[in-house]
Parts: sequence; structure tokens; C-alpha cells
Amino acid sequence: MDVLELARWQFAITTVYHFFFVPVTIGLSAIVAWYHSRWIRTRNEEHLRMAKFLGKLFTINFALGLVTGIVQEFQFGMNWSTYSRFVGDIFGAPLALEALLAFFLESTFLGLWIFGWGRIPERLHAATMWIVHIGTVLSAYFILAANSFMQNPVGYRINPETGRAEMADFLAMLTSPVQLAAFPHVITACYMVGGAFVMAVGVHKLRTVGADAKGGALADRRMYRHAARLGAVVTLVAGLGVVISGDVQGKVMTEVQPMKMAAAEALYETPPEGECAPFSVLTVAGLGGEDPTHVIEIPCLLSYLGTGSWDGQVQGMVELENEYRASFGDGELTRADTYIPPIAMTYWNFRLMMGAGFFAMAVGAWVLWATRKDRVPMQRWVGPLMVLAPIATILGHSFGWIFTEIGRQPWVVFGEMATHTAVSPSVGSTDVWISMGVFTLLYGALAVVEVRLLLEYIRRGAEPFEEPRLVTDDEPLAFTY
Amino acid sequence: MDLVLIWFVLIAVLWTGYLVLEGFDFGVGMLLPLLGRDRGPGSAPAVPGQRSTSTEDRRRTLLTTIGPHWDGNEVWLLTAGGATFAAFPHWYATMFSGMYLPLLLLLVTLILRNMGLEYRHKRTDATWVRRWDVAIVGGSVIAPFVVGVALTNLVVGMPMSEHFSGETAYTEFSGSVLDLFTPVTLLGGLALTALCLTHGAHFVALKTRGPLRQESRTLARVAGAVAAALSLVLLLALGADRGTVASWVAAGVAVVALVVSIAANTKGAERLAFAGTSTTIAMVVVGYFLMLSPNAINGRDGGPALTLEAAASSSLTLTIMTWAAVVFTPIMLGYTVWSYWIFRRRLSVDHMSRTDTRTEEMVG
Repeated sequence: MDVLELARWQFAITTVYHFFFVPVTIGLSAIVAWYHSRWIRTRNEEHLRMAKFLGKLFTINFALGLVTGIVQEFQFGMNWSTYSRFVGDIFGAPLALEALLAFFLESTFLGLWIFGWGRIPERLHAATMWIVHIGTVLSAYFILAANSFMQNPVGYRINPETGRAEMADFLAMLTSPVQLAAFPHVITACYMVGGAFVMAVGVHKLRTVGADAKGGALADRRMYRHAARLGAVVTLVAGLGVVISGDVQGKVMTEVQPMKMAAAEALYETPPEGECAPFSVLTVAGLGGEDPTHVIEIPCLLSYLGTGSWDGQVQGMVELENEYRASFGDGELTRADTYIPPIAMTYWNFRLMMGAGFFAMAVGAWVLWATRKDRVPMQRWVGPLMVLAPIATILGHSFGWIFTEIGRQPWVVFGEMATHTAVSPSVGSTDVWISMGVFTLLYGALAVVEVRLLLEYIRRGAEPFEEPRLVTDDEPLAFTY
Repeated sequence: MDLVLIWFVLIAVLWTGYLVLEGFDFGVGMLLPLLGRDRGPGSAPAVPGQRSTSTEDRRRTLLTTIGPHWDGNEVWLLTAGGATFAAFPHWYATMFSGMYLPLLLLLVTLILRNMGLEYRHKRTDATWVRRWDVAIVGGSVIAPFVVGVALTNLVVGMPMSEHFSGETAYTEFSGSVLDLFTPVTLLGGLALTALCLTHGAHFVALKTRGPLRQESRTLARVAGAVAAALSLVLLLALGADRGTVASWVAAGVAVVALVVSIAANTKGAERLAFAGTSTTIAMVVVGYFLMLSPNAINGRDGGPALTLEAAASSSLTLTIMTWAAVVFTPIMLGYTVWSYWIFRRRLSVDHMSRTDTRTEEMVG
């Protein structure tokens, strides 16, 4: 593999891995904050116990999200220095703002939340977790704005003297149509992850406590049942938001990145004038475009998804390829000599993304049904299902990211910079091999540690209620390392 | 003052913030094996092979002094990185791709150290705790060393050559990883590590009560003498080559502050001692940046340098960033100071909580 392929693999590995933890952080921080505030309003002991219990799981996950994020910020300079030089004027600003506005907020207020028991007035203490949550959402906004620029560059001009892209309109960049569509899609999907996680933990603990709980265990059962149902509701409502925002995003994508939409559908030929485009649910044969390969099709649905009209025109890849060749040159910019992204990757990731999301929503609906009127779902298959549901939401994110990033190829900045020109000229393949090897091993090991730790803390469950109070100078602190 | 210069100053401020704040975190990490050791009689471990409770409590106290803060302190590094990307893209690109392997080492040690700080206390079995201790201590020694080597490289100059992007010339690192490790850059790494150790010991003296406080003061004296010797040689070596009047002044202030700090520590003026090492670290950064200006990276052996002008973003980006910094930096500083105020109390081993599962598992 050459430097380009290695750098792309490394970016994919570190980004996908980073994004296993980020949605949990965003979704779970909101639920922890909600439980903490609920306790202050209702004085329901179970709510405080849940806030602390989920808060512990949150910090275990947050640690990995944070450390893998550090790599993200630096690898643009390490592996993609030509890219960094070309777009730094525009791309660097949201990154710097992310650090200044969001990272400080998250880190400082998480420290205040973790160590603040007995030291900060209780309302303020609950607010610190909400501020952590706001920080995570802000962070997502800025990083998505940077990514949206790569998908659909706006608010810039090319300076002929310096040969690089320069900022022309920052606000336009922060509020590009792609950004406004992507942000709600990603954030609602993050809530879905948080919801599915809490639902799964709740159902699991509910089953551990059992249907015939007596005495003190009754409170536990009530508490975990509440968490299971809260998580299920969040999964469903957020899932609905994902569907709606995804629909909007599809239309924006058809508008600004029609090639990505066509590749997602393996749509080679533009349907004849006056005919609508079908949505293919499943394809069995290759995606080479030689034969009719779509085995299940929903008539006209692609037209609707792409344009909002049942008979809207959706362009096929062959026509788009000709258009791009006419405007960008005959393969000069691209090493692969084509403007069509890898079709199988886009096609299948698009479907896996949606499938994973719908699966989690279905599980959420089922959990609401199965836990009605104090019921406890004790069937054997419920355990594996509760492992699968949150994993599905997280993988749904990964599939979505792989889809959107592969679908952008061969561009790193759409229409402006081809991916193969973006790598660092001074970095050799040995260097990238070393770093890719190190990160892959390290990330693998850390994942094992985190999952085992999470499972251990889930097994321990929520600690007994303890009345929080302000501690004096001489007694042991409520929380220490 | 023009925007390019303002951003050069702001990046110096970010590095100062990072090294002053995370500097004592690193120091506390290095102190774990030095101060986190039980010396009292009759406190042998209850279970052979286990650490004594007293050792463990000392280490927990040390870590708890930085517990609420280290995460926020580290963000200064991320902000320095992001701000360099936004304000000086060529600097960011050349520095990070040129120092590829050292940066990899820094990232790996920071990752392991952070995981150690977050995960160490999550379980109590001895192997688990010991492994994360290695990560914390190792990271706390290696990270400031690598940062010291990296920053010193910028000043002594990196081997670079000119390249063209279209018609525009830019400089690109053209050496190998071995070029980054010279006697003087290694000295830079050692000096920064020793400074962080001294700074950390002053911080512990300021934040603890009882034996920990006394022992950290004793240790700070030794560490301070080593740091002073290393810093003096480093600043003389760099100054002989790159010194300007202003950088000599900064270097002078750095050395004086360190001497004052050591004296203050001996006399028990712990705040002054901590302020002293903070000033020293800040002045070292200031001196470095003065020796850099008007370059972002000096060239080695008469080779081309990367000038700030060539490295900078457009004036629109710099203007937007300046406004963002003007509005949001005071807010950020406000809540950072507030969090230090909330956790201002001195800690002792008696403050460590016993009610959690930790103690039971320790015995059982």
C-alpha cells in the first residue's frame, strides 16, 4: 500500500473508532443530566441513583471518546499536510472554535460534576452536566461544519496568488445547506444511541432483579423499568427525528452531491424523461450495471427521496460522469480516472445504516410493549437482543459515516481537491505503517478494557441511595480518585 | 499590531497556558512513585504483594489534587493545535507532518496517561492499579520531554527545503526523524521535564496537608536545583545562536523566577514558589517565541525558514478568529478559575473516601 491508501485507512480506522464513543457521550450526557435534574424536582431517590449509575458509565465512555479525539485533530497535519495547507484558512477555524467553545466546557464542567458532590449547591451541580451536554452538542456542530465544507464547499474563494482556498463568508460556511441537514441528522442519531444504551441497560437490570422482586428489590425494579422505558421512548422519538432529518438530507444530497445519491442507489442510467426513479431495497448480483440487478424495487420512491416529488428527475452516474468530465477535466484530478465513487461501499453502507436504525426503533417499540403494566420480559432471547440494539445504533452511525465519506470520493473537497493530492509529501509509508499499527493495536486493547469495565459496572448496578449533603473540611470527600 | 503578530502572541499564550497548567499535572504524575510511597513503620501491606493502604492513599490524594482539572488543562494543547491550524495552516502542516514520529509518541503517551487517570480508580485489584500507574507515570515523564524536544526544534531550526504549489513557494520539512534529536533538542526535553517536576512538587505542597506537603517541599528543592541547571544551559545554548535582546531578558526573568521560587519553597512560601515556577515556564515559552519571530519555524544550517507571513491565514479568517477569542476567552477563563476556586481546599490522605466498594475489595 502506498502512503495515500495507508493514510486513508488510518483516517477511516481512527475516525470510525472515535465515533463509537462520541454518540454515546452526546446521548448519555443528556439522559444523565435529565435524571439528575428530575431528582432535584421530585426528590425521587431512584432518579438520583440512576443519575449516578449512568454517570459512572458515562465517564468510562467519555475517557475513550476524548483520547481518540486528540488523534483526530492532529492527523490532518500529520497525514494530510497538503490538504491542511490548501483549506486551513477555512477548515481550521471551526476546529479552533470547537476547542475554545466546546472542549473547555465539556472538560471543565465534567470535572465539576464528577468531583462536585457535596461541594457545589445541588441545582448548580445538576446544571454542570447540562453544560457538559451543551458542550458535546456544540462540538458536534463545529466538526460537522468542517466536514460539510468538504462535502459541499461554500463561503470561500480560491486565491490565485497563494493557490489555496480562503474564507469569504464564514457564516455561509457554518450554515451551508449540507450542514443544516447533517447536524440534526447526526444529533438525533446520537440521542438514539444514548436511548438504546439506557434502554438496554435498564432491561438487562430489570431482568436481573426479576419479576418476583420483593422488599427493597421492588424499588430497584421500578427504577430499572423506568430507565428501560425512558430509553425506549428516547430511541423511538429520536429515531423519528433521524428519519425526518435523513429525508431532508437526501434531498440536499441529490441537489449538491448527485453522484453520491446515484452511487447509493447504483443508478447508472438517468431514467428517461417523464419516468420516475425506483428505490432498490435489495440487489443480489454485482453492482456493475450490466444487467437489471435490483430484485426488490419500490417504484418512484427514489424520486421522492431525492427531490420530494414522486416524478422528480434523478440523474444516473453515467450522465453525471460525463458532466463532471466536462467541467473538471478528463480524469486529470483523479487518480482512479473516474468520478464515480466505489459503488458497492456506498450502496451497502446506505442500506445498512437505514436497516440498523429501523431495527433499533423496532426494538424500542417492542420494549415499551413488553414492559407494560409492570411486566418483565424474561425470554432467553431478550438478552442478546439488548446487546444488539445499542450496537446497531452505533454501527448505524459508522455505516452512515462510511457512506458519506466514500460517496464523496474521489474528492477530499468536492470539486476543488482530489483525495490523492491531499497527503503529506514529507511522510513516508513506513511512518504511516508504524502509526497505523500502533493506533490499531492500542485502540483494540482499549476497546477490550472499556467494554469489560462497562460490563463490570453494569453488573454492579446502581448504588444504594445516600442523601447528598455539603461536606465539611475535615471529613472524607464524597468523591475522590 | 497586525493580526499575524496577534495570533503569534496568542499561540504563545496557549502554549504557556498548556505548559503552566498541564505542567503541574505532569509533575504530579512523576511524583506518584516518589511521594506515593509509605515510609512509616508498622504499615506493611495487609496482604503480601499488595500495596499498603497508606501508599495507595497517598497516591490517591496526589491524583485527586489534579482530578477535577487535568482534563481541562489538556484542552489548552488541543486549542493550541486548532488555533495553529486556523491561523497558520502552513505551520500546522509543516510541524505536524515533519515531526511525525515524535508526535505519534506524544499522542500514544497522552492517550495512555489519560486512560490511566480515568480508569485507575475504577477498579481496586492491585494489577489493574499498578498497570495504570505505569501509564500515568510513563506518560507524565515522556509527554513533557517530547513537547520540549518539539518546541526546541522549532527554535534551533528544522531541515527544510522549498517546494512549489502551483506558482507559490512553501517550505516543507526535508529531514529524517533522526534530525529532530540533537544534543540541544534533547536538553530542551530534559529541561522541560525537570521544570514540570519542580512545578508539580510546588503544586502538591500548595494543595496538600500533612506529610505529603512536607515531603513534596523537600523534593522540590532537589528537583528545582536540577531544573535550574538544565534551564540555564539550555537558554545559554539557544541564546548564543538565536538570542535577541528581548529573548535574553525573558531568559533572565525565567532564571531569576526559578531561583526566587526555590528560595520561597525553602522558606515555606508555597504560593510564591508555585507562582515562581509558573513564571519560569511562561518565560521559557516567551523566550522561545521571541527567538522564533519573525519565523514560525527556523531553518537549520542556513536553510529556508517558514516565515509567519507565509504561514498565516487570510486576514478575514484572522479577524473572525480574533473576535471569537475576544468574546469567548474571558468566559472560558472565568469558569476555569471558578472550578479552581471550588476545589481550592488542601487535601490530605484523611480526605480519601472509604464508603465506596474500594476498601472492601482491598481487604477481601
